[in-house]
Order: sequence, then structure tokens, then C-alpha cells
Amino acid sequence: MALIKTENLTLSYENMTVIENLSFEIKSGDYVCIVGENGSGKSTLVKALLGLKKPESGTIELSDGLKQNEIGYLPQQTDAQRDFPASVFEVVISGCLNSRGVRPFYSAREKKTALDNIEMLGISELKNRSYRELSGGQQQRVLLARALCATKKLLLLDEPVTGLDPMVTSELYEIIERINKSGVTVVMVTHDMQSALKYASHTLCLTERESFFGTTEEFLQSDMSNFLKNGENGERSGEDD
Amino acid sequence: MIEIIREMFSAPILVRALIVGILVSLCAALLGVSLVLKRYAMIGDGLSHVGFGALAVATVANLAPIAVAIPVVILAAFLLLRLSSNSRIKGDSAIALISTGALAVGVMAVSMSKGANVDLNSYLFGSIISVSRGDVAVSVILALAVIFMFVFFYTKIFAITFDESFAKATGTNVSLYNMLIALLTAVTIVIGMRLMGSLLISSLIIFPALSSMRIFKSFKSVTICSAVISVATFIIGMIISYALDTPCGASIVCVNIAAFSVFSALRAIKK
Repeated sequence: MALIKTENLTLSYENMTVIENLSFEIKSGDYVCIVGENGSGKSTLVKALLGLKKPESGTIELSDGLKQNEIGYLPQQTDAQRDFPASVFEVVISGCLNSRGVRPFYSAREKKTALDNIEMLGISELKNRSYRELSGGQQQRVLLARALCATKKLLLLDEPVTGLDPMVTSELYEIIERINKSGVTVVMVTHDMQSALKYASHTLCLTERESFFGTTEEFLQSDMSNFLKNGENGERSGEDD
Repeated sequence: MIEIIREMFSAPILVRALIVGILVSLCAALLGVSLVLKRYAMIGDGLSHVGFGALAVATVANLAPIAVAIPVVILAAFLLLRLSSNSRIKGDSAIALISTGALAVGVMAVSMSKGANVDLNSYLFGSIISVSRGDVAVSVILALAVIFMFVFFYTKIFAITFDESFAKATGTNVSLYNMLIALLTAVTIVIGMRLMGSLLISSLIIFPALSSMRIFKSFKSVTICSAVISVATFIIGMIISYALDTPCGASIVCVNIAAFSVFSALRAIKK
């Protein structure tokens, strides 16, 4: 069943149209990667899916009982966050905020949800540590646990592996895959084409000229993937990864 | 020492200053944790200069100073908040622009009215004599509002301080809470600047939060510790100011410098 369905979606950023007439459908259990060049509208699309940006035209429809505030969002980290004095538990449980309305304190059930998610991500021993003392990979796990507190259905990850070393990156991908297998739909914006193609069931590729949505296999056979892969390789040839 | 404290409590002006000061220190410390962590600390500094301008103009024009200053500073707070969240205009230059502008307007107003009974020095560096009965009432209400907000919206304040985009995405009305914080900060600054002076009031917002962050590692402990540091340094500063006959604002800031040094040293030792 469709969890998110967009039809003829047009989005603009600072009065420039970045996405035009985009239609796609994400089903429960999918693992969708959004790839594309810088400036192709990936971040704008994320904002729109979160309900923080109104489409110029077209529609975004959430169904299957998914509420707007029930998307587990993993934003890109800000500088201010990296040295934030907060315990891991405080950060994770703040993900439960969407389900609580005006009540001022967390309930025992919410505390348990937070602890369960902490355990699921293998960070139990860090529970009382300070967020700012953790490594980049550990911080991402904490934020992932928080995102899971906010949702049971859909995770929306905005470039989750940026700045992580290869080892930690592959660990994080494995965790995300595990979460997906447990029944949570994953939508991930990424620059990391190879992993995107390895893990994703579906690919949404945005460029300034056209867009593609389909299964990852279909994407690999399309002209667009060749173009992008070549482009990526060309860009990277100077760097030693 | 006890003699000095007993003497202080026998003077009504000093008692008023102590009540207002303790309440303002408490509010400033609580709001300060959020402001410092959100990188909004300079907004406090900008607002105090706007407050100075508004107070000076109001006094020269023979209007009730607080009644003019509070709405003007609240307005400035909303404006600065908007500018900071708008990436197209650089927040730090906007703050500098507004604060120096307001300072200049205030100085012009004061110097053009030679006849008026205006003491520039007490505006800039504070004085306990300027604390009125009205200030006591406003600061009690303010303190209640800030404490109420912190207790009842504690979880939301944490969420928007730590991560605005996540809070927004999960349905928290971020701009409402930001405006509430800006509003309470504005009132705190106007009330506190009479005592601390407009050049020194932002220290009450920044110092306690930074000191407690040296040592404490969770948001809750940082918040509680910074409230305690703030009230303690205020009281010690007042006693020093009385005993040595020094200006109270500067004395309190000096005690805060000492507290910050001690906490930094403790952190270095712990590492």
C-alpha cells in the first residue's frame, strides 16, 4: 500500500523552481534512495515531505495511517549540536515529543520506547554519556534512535553518512537495513551512489533536467544511471578515497 | 560579614534590589542556557543596547521608562530573531547594526536634553537606586512566567534548543516557542539592565550557562547548575559591592568571571 504518493509535484526554493511535475509512490517497506546533483532539489523535497514547505502545485498524499508528525527524521547535523551538553537518553527521548501533546513530562511508556530504541541501536552503554563526547558514528546512532522514537512507519534520512569514515559508514548502513527489514520504510537522501544502489529497493534520481523514479534495477539499466555514475567518477578521479 | 548582610537587609532600596536581582538572575540563567546553545547569545547583547536607547528616549520625553522600553525591546527581539533565522541576511551584522544604532540614538537623546535629570553612567553601568517598586512587581511576574515555562515546556525547550529541524518535522511549533523565549528575554533584559547597566546585563545571560557547561554534561544538570551559579554570583557580587562600595553590576560580573575560571580549572583537572 502506498505510504506516500506525490502527483505532479512542483517545488521552488527562493523563487526558483527546483522540482517540476514529479510523481512517485513509496510503498510500505520500501527502501528508497534519493540521489542527484547538488541543487537538484533533494533538500527541498525532504522539507516538502515533512510538511515544512508548501508545494507550488501538485500534491503530496500521506496514507496508510501515516500522520505528518510521525515521520522519523534524521536531519543533517549542525555545528551547534556537536558540542551540545545533553545525555544520550535526553536526546533519544526527545523523539517521543510528537505523540505527547501538551503533557509536560514523559510517561513510563515513552521512557521504555526510548530505552528499547537505544538497545536496538546498540548504544545502551552510552545511555548516560554526554552527546558531545561521542564520535560522529555514535552521534548518528543516537539521532537514529531518536528518529525511531518518533515513528513506527517511516524514516527520512538526510545524508546520514556525511563525514563518517568507511567502517562506521558501512555499520550505519547495516543498521538502517536492519531497521528496514523490521518493517520501517526508509527514505534516504544520499551522495553515496554505490551504497544507495547496493541497499535501496527503489531509486529517485533528480537532476536539473529530468527525474527518474523506479526500482533500483530499472534505474541501473536506464541512461540516467550511466550519466550519473560517469559524472561521479569524473568528479572523484582526482581524490583518493 | 554577617554584620554587612544584616546592614544590607535594613535598607529598603537594597532589599528591593536584592529581590529584583535574584529573580532576574534566575530568569536570565534559565533563558541563557537555551540562547547560548542556539548561538543566540549576541541577541541578548543587542537587546540591552536597544533597551538603553528606549530608556533614554523615554526619560528625556518624560514618559514612563519601563512602559516604553519593554514593548520596544520585545519588538527588537522579534526582529532580531527573524533576521537570525533568515539566512539571506547575516544575523551578526544585523545585531551590530541595531545595537550600535540604538546606543547612538540614546546618547543623542540624553545629550540634547541638558535640563533633564539623566545619569548616563547609571544607564550604562547600572545602579541599585534606579530599582523601583514597579520593577519588583514586574520581576516577580516575569520570574513566575519563566519558571512556569521551563517546568511545563521543558521537554519542548530541550527539543527546539537541540534540534530545530527535527522539532519542526515532528510537529512542534518552533516559532511560537522561539518567540516566547525572545519575549521573556526582552523583559528580563529591560528589568535587569537598571540594576546591571545596559553594557553588562548580557553577562547574566551568558556567564552562568557557559560556566555550568564547563562541567555538566546533561541538559538538565546544565540548566539547574546555571540557575544556581547565577543567583549565587549575584548575591556574592551584591555583598562585595556593598562592602567595597563598588558598582553592583561590575562586581557581579567580576564574581562571574571568577566562577567561570574556577569551573574551567575544574574541567581541566577532571580531564
